[in-house]
Amino acid sequence: MSRQRSARSAALGLTVRRVPTTIPSRGAGQLRRRLVVGILVLASLVLISVSFRSGEDGPLSGVESAGATALRPFAVGLERVAQPFRDAYSWADSLLTARSEAERLREENRELLQRAIQSEFALQENKYLRAQLDYIDSPRFPADFTPVVAEVTGRPAGAFTQAIVVAAGSSDGVRMNDPVVTSDGLVGVVTRVTPSLARVQLLTDEAAAASAIDLRTGATGIVRHARGTRETLVLDRVRKQDVVRVKDEVVTAGWRAGALSSLFPKGIPIGKVTSVGQTDTDLFQQVQVDPYVDFGALDAVIVLVPTDRR
Amino acid sequence: MSATIWLRALAVAFVAAMLQVVIVSSIVVGGGAPDILLVTVVALGLLRGSIPGAVLGFVGGLIVDVSTLGTLGVTSLVLTLAGFWAGRYGETTGRDRRLAPILAVGSITLLAGVFGFILHYLLDEDVVARHALVTALAPAFVMNLLLALPVHRLVRRIVGEELRAEPSSEVEVLV
Repeated sequence: MSRQRSARSAALGLTVRRVPTTIPSRGAGQLRRRLVVGILVLASLVLISVSFRSGEDGPLSGVESAGATALRPFAVGLERVAQPFRDAYSWADSLLTARSEAERLREENRELLQRAIQSEFALQENKYLRAQLDYIDSPRFPADFTPVVAEVTGRPAGAFTQAIVVAAGSSDGVRMNDPVVTSDGLVGVVTRVTPSLARVQLLTDEAAAASAIDLRTGATGIVRHARGTRETLVLDRVRKQDVVRVKDEVVTAGWRAGALSSLFPKGIPIGKVTSVGQTDTDLFQQVQVDPYVDFGALDAVIVLVPTDRR
Repeated sequence: MSATIWLRALAVAFVAAMLQVVIVSSIVVGGGAPDILLVTVVALGLLRGSIPGAVLGFVGGLIVDVSTLGTLGVTSLVLTLAGFWAGRYGETTGRDRRLAPILAVGSITLLAGVFGFILHYLLDEDVVARHALVTALAPAFVMNLLLALPVHRLVRRIVGEELRAEPSSEVEVLV
């Protein structure tokens, strides 16, 4: 029986004509679909390859930089719209914890007053001794840096990268590997720069690390992200004989070895030790650090540009 | 799909991408953040078909990659496939199912999480499997599911739904 005829019409022996429809043939539609998705996947793979291999100076970096600059007004506009809601949330949140927070801050203030007096004395003594020794030091924070305050304009989606995009770039003097801080402490390091924007790798990123020191005992180690968590840090490579206690403050070590020096100047606060542990099999202590910076609520940061560069 | 619908759909993808970059990525609950762009691309795919889904996923991903100064093409690739799969699901077994947006968003969130992890691993980026596939993905999965129906309804109001022509079950007999 012909495909053009129904069973009834075939039985009647009538000629049957199909009503023309606009349905595209299955084969053509399938081909078009496969072609479009194939081209898009191929385009994505080409973009990944070129972008990944060429890095900062590749052919795509100019395009990406121009695109990011063009998108910036939209990001800034949205950020401005969202800011009142963020502020309202922070205000409501702070009301809930205001009483206990005030008590904690009073206690902390008393403690800090005592330490400020002792520190002032130590500072004067330190200055005098340095002058006597003609001591050559690595750049110090914040004296040897010019702060560039920048608004946070974006965050990558997903759990794969811990980074932010800030509204300051090479036209503001920002370069690759410049340290980034807030008034609370260390945030991360600049990993990509365009004329008007910079990408900052947060300290909570898997690939980030900073040499650090226990301020009280001088025990040194490397602060890095604690695996499997989002915002906890560990002070790694601390020798077993070094003494580290809970509530000790951890700051950047800022080492220098010949021409090489740490990306971070010494003395930037990182966090407070929350737990210390060690096992017989481990070579080093397991020190967990609670960062001072709230990486999830960064609105603005300070990029530290070396004074001698400007 | 008419030019007006294409423009509307592109505008929806653009706004979703910017919202994701500027606001939604910072809303971290229980270790993970929702992905409103993924949910929007799935909705666009379900409503308008596999080709618009793939194209809009590619465009949305490219906007995210450009505005976050990331490796170009990574998010585009994940979202192209997400939009395409959502579209195919909408064109075939998901057609006229009320829970299709939830099923599609749930399964594509999980697939996109695993695929994204593999992609970043291949690019030699340090990603901890437990964090990417459990700690962050589980809350993101729940939040994306919560967003699925409201976003689907909103997107349908803006771009409408593709009227899929079905083969006629009757033939006209001309005597």
